[in-house]
Amino acid sequence: MTKSKDFWRRYSRNRGAVVGLGLIWVVILVALLAPLLYPDSPWRMVQRPFLPPFAVDGFWFGTDTLGRDIGSGLAHGARVSLVIGLVSTVVALLIGVPIGAAAGYFGGRWDDALMRFTEFFQTIPSFALAIVLVAILEPSLGSIVLAIAIVGWPPVARLVRGEFLSLRSREYVQAAVLSGQTSGAIIFKQILPNTLSPVIVLASLMVATAILLESSLSFLGLGDPNVMSWGYMIGAARTVLRQAWWMSVFPGLAILLTVLALNLIGEGLNDALNPRLAREGR
Amino acid sequence: MSQEPVITVKDLTVALPRGADREHAVEGVSLSLAPGEVLCVVGESGSGKSVTANAMMGLLPKEVRPVAGTIEMDGRNLLTLSEREWQDLRGSDIAMIFQEPMTALNPLQRIGDQIAEVFEAHGALSSKERQAKALSLIEEVGLPDPEKAVRAYPFELSGGQRQRAMIAMALALEPKLLIADEPTTALDVTTQAQILELMADLRRRRGMAILFITHDFGVVAEIGDRVVVMRYGEVVEQGTVGDVLGRPTHPYTQRLIAAVPPLTPPPPRNRNDDAPILTVEGLNKTFRSGGGLFSKARVVKAVTDVTFKIGRGETLGIVGESGSGKSTAGRCIVRLLDPDSGAIDLLGEDWSAKSGAALRQARKRVQMIFQDPYASLNPRRKVASILTEGPVANGVAREKALARAQELIGLVGLDPSALDRFPHEFSGGQRQRIGIARALAMDPEVLVADEAVSALDVSVQAQVLELLADIRDRFHLALIFITHDLCVAAQICDRIAVMRRGEIVEMGPTEAVFGNPQHSYTQALLGAVPGWGENSPLAEGRRVAGAAS
Amino acid sequence: MGIAGYILARIFKACLVLLAIAVLNFILIHAAPGDPAAVMAGEAGAADEIFIQQLREKFGLDQPFHVQLGRYMAGILSFDLGFSYRQEMPVADLILDRLPATLLLTGTAFFISIILGVLMGALAAVRVGRWADSVITTLALIFYATPLFWIALMSILLFSVTLGWLPAYGMETIGADYTGLQAAGDVARHLVLPALTLGLFFMAVYARMTRASMLETAGLDFVKTARAKGLAEGPILRRHILRNAILPVVTLAGLQAGQIVGGAILTETVFAWPGIGRLMFDALLQRDYNLLLGVFLVSSALVLLFNLITDLIYLVVDPRISLTK
Repeated sequence: MTKSKDFWRRYSRNRGAVVGLGLIWVVILVALLAPLLYPDSPWRMVQRPFLPPFAVDGFWFGTDTLGRDIGSGLAHGARVSLVIGLVSTVVALLIGVPIGAAAGYFGGRWDDALMRFTEFFQTIPSFALAIVLVAILEPSLGSIVLAIAIVGWPPVARLVRGEFLSLRSREYVQAAVLSGQTSGAIIFKQILPNTLSPVIVLASLMVATAILLESSLSFLGLGDPNVMSWGYMIGAARTVLRQAWWMSVFPGLAILLTVLALNLIGEGLNDALNPRLAREGR
Repeated sequence: MSQEPVITVKDLTVALPRGADREHAVEGVSLSLAPGEVLCVVGESGSGKSVTANAMMGLLPKEVRPVAGTIEMDGRNLLTLSEREWQDLRGSDIAMIFQEPMTALNPLQRIGDQIAEVFEAHGALSSKERQAKALSLIEEVGLPDPEKAVRAYPFELSGGQRQRAMIAMALALEPKLLIADEPTTALDVTTQAQILELMADLRRRRGMAILFITHDFGVVAEIGDRVVVMRYGEVVEQGTVGDVLGRPTHPYTQRLIAAVPPLTPPPPRNRNDDAPILTVEGLNKTFRSGGGLFSKARVVKAVTDVTFKIGRGETLGIVGESGSGKSTAGRCIVRLLDPDSGAIDLLGEDWSAKSGAALRQARKRVQMIFQDPYASLNPRRKVASILTEGPVANGVAREKALARAQELIGLVGLDPSALDRFPHEFSGGQRQRIGIARALAMDPEVLVADEAVSALDVSVQAQVLELLADIRDRFHLALIFITHDLCVAAQICDRIAVMRRGEIVEMGPTEAVFGNPQHSYTQALLGAVPGWGENSPLAEGRRVAGAAS
Repeated sequence: MGIAGYILARIFKACLVLLAIAVLNFILIHAAPGDPAAVMAGEAGAADEIFIQQLREKFGLDQPFHVQLGRYMAGILSFDLGFSYRQEMPVADLILDRLPATLLLTGTAFFISIILGVLMGALAAVRVGRWADSVITTLALIFYATPLFWIALMSILLFSVTLGWLPAYGMETIGADYTGLQAAGDVARHLVLPALTLGLFFMAVYARMTRASMLETAGLDFVKTARAKGLAEGPILRRHILRNAILPVVTLAGLQAGQIVGGAILTETVFAWPGIGRLMFDALLQRDYNLLLGVFLVSSALVLLFNLITDLIYLVVDPRISLTK
């Protein structure tokens, strides 16, 4: 119990991180309540087109070129952003952690081969690769998640490899080797639990990056055509920027605040989980 | 004291930030240095000796500040100086050198430029003169090939050479006072001897006062004129080296000096010569690193043709300086490394040929005790699981392993409640005891201790050494004791093997190796150990302290 | 081995990576939906089975996979990236035509971001805990979290639509027919918004990194040595802290090169900048897979070029590299 209290004490010392946590709760709440707040499909025309914000009661965010409610799009878009952010991060971890762990633990040729592979993926411009993948697989939630995960795993692999490499030669791991424990036991009991903190911090930042990437893809028209997303809304607003600023301003702010919140949380987690690494700079 | 002191510290108190484990880093410290005098400040970790030195240099971290007392030099109280005035003073009136020569130099700047920078900082000389002066300083501190050393980057020099470069930098403006903060702690014993000699020589030639911070009483005896003993931020005793080391009066000083291991081995034990349990023959290990299409691989022969035997209940010491291959040999013996060639015979079984599952099952017979008490225990596991997971992996029932863990934790001198706690709740010495219990839990026949007491303070060191000797006798273990510290080796080892550059150059009974060394390297090594020369007050002090405590 | 060997090794490695990317590219072309022959026939307006079969034979599409791969790789080596049937031009020509614009944009953004980013980060580190630090860290945090394309749109809204200071679209004023300096000035005016937009995110990245790195370096032993020499804070900062702190930033800049090239796709799309990013967007709209993957390959090569540049920078700032290996 004292451990979680301790964690929270260190986390909450970073005021930005607390703000971030509050923001992300708002986004989660909006995403969960979207079907209640806006029971209609966000694609339905509900008012006259080009309705400016606050002009009509209940349409605080205005409408778009086809008279669709921007507010409804924002609420439903939150679900897509969060789901894609989370799922693609999980998939990226599932690829990156085993690769990094194997490279760091077994070392030698395994390390060489796996790290060449990782570097290769890191060299390819990730956004271009994501575009190509989604374009070829046809845009859908599945292909977007896959593309984001494929461009997102290399940093995980590098981080986990580095941690494994340094922990592998740590004396308590060598003691475990000498006590006759199997490689499996050593990896899962001795090393992996000690790599969790930096991986958790990285994961929180990856969710943020994934949300940015998803919005960029749907901005270019590579979103899942069946779901409303913030990036799509901005993409649709691009050509009418001069006439209807609100169509692009609100979804953009939504992305900005969500990603900002996640980055702040990442910093807070870093302070709380790696107390020795936390720099004095405050 | 006939001369006016160079610097006088009076009742200095330095406050620690709130939330630290004590209120003051240093409390009511007074000391002074006469010109040309070497004053040693000695104490264990946390005694406040480094804080005192940094306060005299105006280099305390922001959150640690002096709250009372004065530091007087040339009629000024240094504690009232502005940052500008400190800058003028540092490097010209007081210079400082540090413990870690590997990190104390800027890795991206040439040695000559780093020295010339001292002149530049104080607006002295033209840039051409600065370079010339840097060269002559490098010559003075005895760096080989000065012309090349001026243009070298730090990574091209060894640890001892870097410390010489640091000294050259400190000498540049001929300061009246040199503060040396554990300047030889990170160095090998022969390099340490050279640096100590250099400092004694410079003091003689330049008449510079030296404040020498150290934890090593041997170094104090070697170089000091007077000594200040500190504990928990307070001065417990000060006086001439002969008085304090030879006739310590404070109980703490007495305890410390009694714990200092002497260079002379105790009388040999009476042991029945058992048949050897472990025989190592022609062990070789070579490391290759790097190497690719465009670069050559670096090849280091770490262990060459190492051969020895050890019996039950015996302690074999393997001593050597860094890079001698002693640790690599140890790691080959416990099979953390695979030797390239050579035979390791463990009671008739070929231990070096085992691999895979067979090796895993046999591992319990040979265990290791590690150097770093902070890295040798998994921070996320309680002591109970640390002590039981090895036996459980070897098929021992959990309850039985736990019962044994309870027994062992008492045996190594800890309370049974320790089992329920995490490693970070223990001190360094206590952690080392847990590490020993972990090795014992496997019921080993051979125990390899790799620098097992090197990271500990001297009083704790003596206790852990005693514990090691005790368990060796109780369980009739063969103990291979790897260390760089000849004094420690003398206390516990029955036989000694001296290694240099991967080879054993001399091996024999401890009293023979120490009393009548055959190989020139062993002689040099023994000669380099500070503080135990003729008329050393330490030997006398140990007797006095031993009798008092 | 020395500097030449180091550079040679880097170039050699870059070539290997490029070949591997070409193989990946080929696999992706194969995975693209639709039968290329049928697509070509459709373009030609004749969709009968015999014609399609003829096309397959003509372009070797009936050959086994490895033969096609070999042919593709041979084509790459002679800079033949295939044919765009939508634009009726060789892909290589289309890309070469657009490449200078992208190089200008990404190069400008890269240098702006690294120079300003390092300066900002250094300033924040020096003034740590004070208002300048707060402002810089907050701004960096915000720009780090803002989608590139949205910044682009907002800057158009502000600087072009509302204030009318800068042109929003294209690379030059259409129909103005400027020459010489005037033309260069015109391009420069058009470059401001896209380059700043693209650079902003990376500026934030480098500023954060520089700040963290400097604070860490400031605590290292050799900085204390410099202080013990009596050196003033200015030279300590420049010669000791900044020089050492910059190394990880350069490494990061190399790793980020791919992101800059990726970001150019969005920037060029929004600002109608006539580079290969815009070309990629057009190819995407028209489902022109040959062109899409051609751009992908060239942008990867561009990243390798940026990596090479950062390797060279590293060579200049870190003496250990050229002297050890």
